[in-house]
Amino acid sequence: MSAVTAPGTVTAGCSPASRFDVARVRADFPALGQLVRGRPLVYLDNAATTQKPRAVVEALVGFYTRDCANVHRGVHELSQRATEAYESARRTVARFLNATPDEIVFTRGTTEAINLVAQSFGRSILAEQDEILVTELEHHSNIVPWQMLAEQTGARLVVAPINDRGEIVLEELERRLNERTRLIALAHVSNALGTVNPVEEICRMARQRGIAVLVDGAQAVPHLRVDVRALGCDFYAFSGHKIYGPTGIGVLYGKAELLERMPPYQGGGDMIRSVSFAGTLYNDPPFRFEAGTPHIAGAIGLAAAIEYLDRLGLGEIGRHEQELLEAATIALAEIPGVRLVGTARHKAAVVSFVLDGVHPHDVATVLDHEGVAVRAGHHCAQPLMERLGLPATTRASFALYNTLEEVEVLARAVRRAREIFG
Amino acid sequence: MALEDLYQQLIMDHGRRPRNFRAVEQATHRLEGYNPLCGDRVTVYLKLDNGRVTDAAFQGTGCAISTASASLMTEAIKGKTTDEVEKLFAAFHAMVTGQPVPPDVALGKLSALAGVAAYPVRVKCATLPWHTMKGALSGARQPVSTE
Repeated sequence: MSAVTAPGTVTAGCSPASRFDVARVRADFPALGQLVRGRPLVYLDNAATTQKPRAVVEALVGFYTRDCANVHRGVHELSQRATEAYESARRTVARFLNATPDEIVFTRGTTEAINLVAQSFGRSILAEQDEILVTELEHHSNIVPWQMLAEQTGARLVVAPINDRGEIVLEELERRLNERTRLIALAHVSNALGTVNPVEEICRMARQRGIAVLVDGAQAVPHLRVDVRALGCDFYAFSGHKIYGPTGIGVLYGKAELLERMPPYQGGGDMIRSVSFAGTLYNDPPFRFEAGTPHIAGAIGLAAAIEYLDRLGLGEIGRHEQELLEAATIALAEIPGVRLVGTARHKAAVVSFVLDGVHPHDVATVLDHEGVAVRAGHHCAQPLMERLGLPATTRASFALYNTLEEVEVLARAVRRAREIFG
Repeated sequence: MALEDLYQQLIMDHGRRPRNFRAVEQATHRLEGYNPLCGDRVTVYLKLDNGRVTDAAFQGTGCAISTASASLMTEAIKGKTTDEVEKLFAAFHAMVTGQPVPPDVALGKLSALAGVAAYPVRVKCATLPWHTMKGALSGARQPVSTE
């Protein structure tokens, strides 16, 4: 192994070939400079949530210290500012996904976005015996809402299998599509394994058969450039906090013609055009789906996060993260007793692994002592864990601010776990 | 706190080679416990005779802390009356959550798990087999969950 620099004192650049200046990027994230248990924090739990750049924190502070007012209502100056900032955030998200602003619904997160589609779109199109197709590697948030919908409508949940590498088997998925299939719901990137799914191809299969597709993009947007038109999906959901934005804000993209036809999800203020006891006229999308005062600050913070990513460039970020993925894959695979879980050919920077004879929770505790934050558990994907025959894995998930030195710290910490429990 | 204070020799030993790791066919009480946070599962078997635990065993999958805790628990409660087991449960729970332990209860080897108190997220690992055992004693049929 090469000499190791302390992860807090990373030197410029990740490799001579990369123009991505990781040291400068790290300086944008106040949380990264701290010590944990006396050691520099090595934050590798980014698939759970990411740290926030100063630009996002400042956007939140700016809203609460200057522009705080409710949106879409007040005639006064502050309300105009708040409304403009909130709607400007919607335009930023629309640009980010290559959608139009009326196709962008702000939600609390991916989970709420999926529930919205299940209860509004799903409930209005599904009949008894209809089928919803999901895959074996879904997060619980892309399973349970469909189970609930199936229970309500008498529809059936059909599961497309994965292979041992953790990839969706396209032929198997296609074999499960039939005239009763109304909707496919799948992850763009697996949170537990990092697999990047062939969403474009699946959307093509679905379109030929008139099946709607919802893509859970929570793990994809931080790593890949997402173009909903190019993907050809009907719905795309993601969370702000996994893309360096605030918690409590998320996005549902829905094709304009679909949102237009969909009934409201929740009733309340802002989603109506006029209310009388004789009846209520609903507002147009996206407002029809945003009942009550939205998370205004969250939307503004999310827009700041997207603008931050745009400045760095998702292409550059992706290249940097792939370098980290490759280094981590090699460094961990070298350690005797380590087995990588999820070896798809196309992966985002997530490395799940098990260490022979050592429970992932014990691995994570040893890593924590070295300042390394990882996730240990079933990653809210119990059906996937069952398919893999594992109760849990340890997962290191990388972000744009992680370094090759941190990969080395991770590998050393895993070796230490092996020594302790060996 | 040093890692070695958590993973003491006794815990490593019982984590690797758990005692009473078996099913008890003649169990009078049996219950499953589940930690949804980490997916750990444990089944606790108890044989009671005249209000006294005559056999205690467990099976399942878990981390070093939960396996060692279950193993040490089965050793500790064997031969005790249900009243004594209740007292031991309370004392153990106090110890791993950093509360004062009643002076009249001897924790013995269980003291090796005292280090868990410094790791709030690992407390449930240590207490899962104990809550399961307590549930079994009280005649519960639904699996015990830590959440």
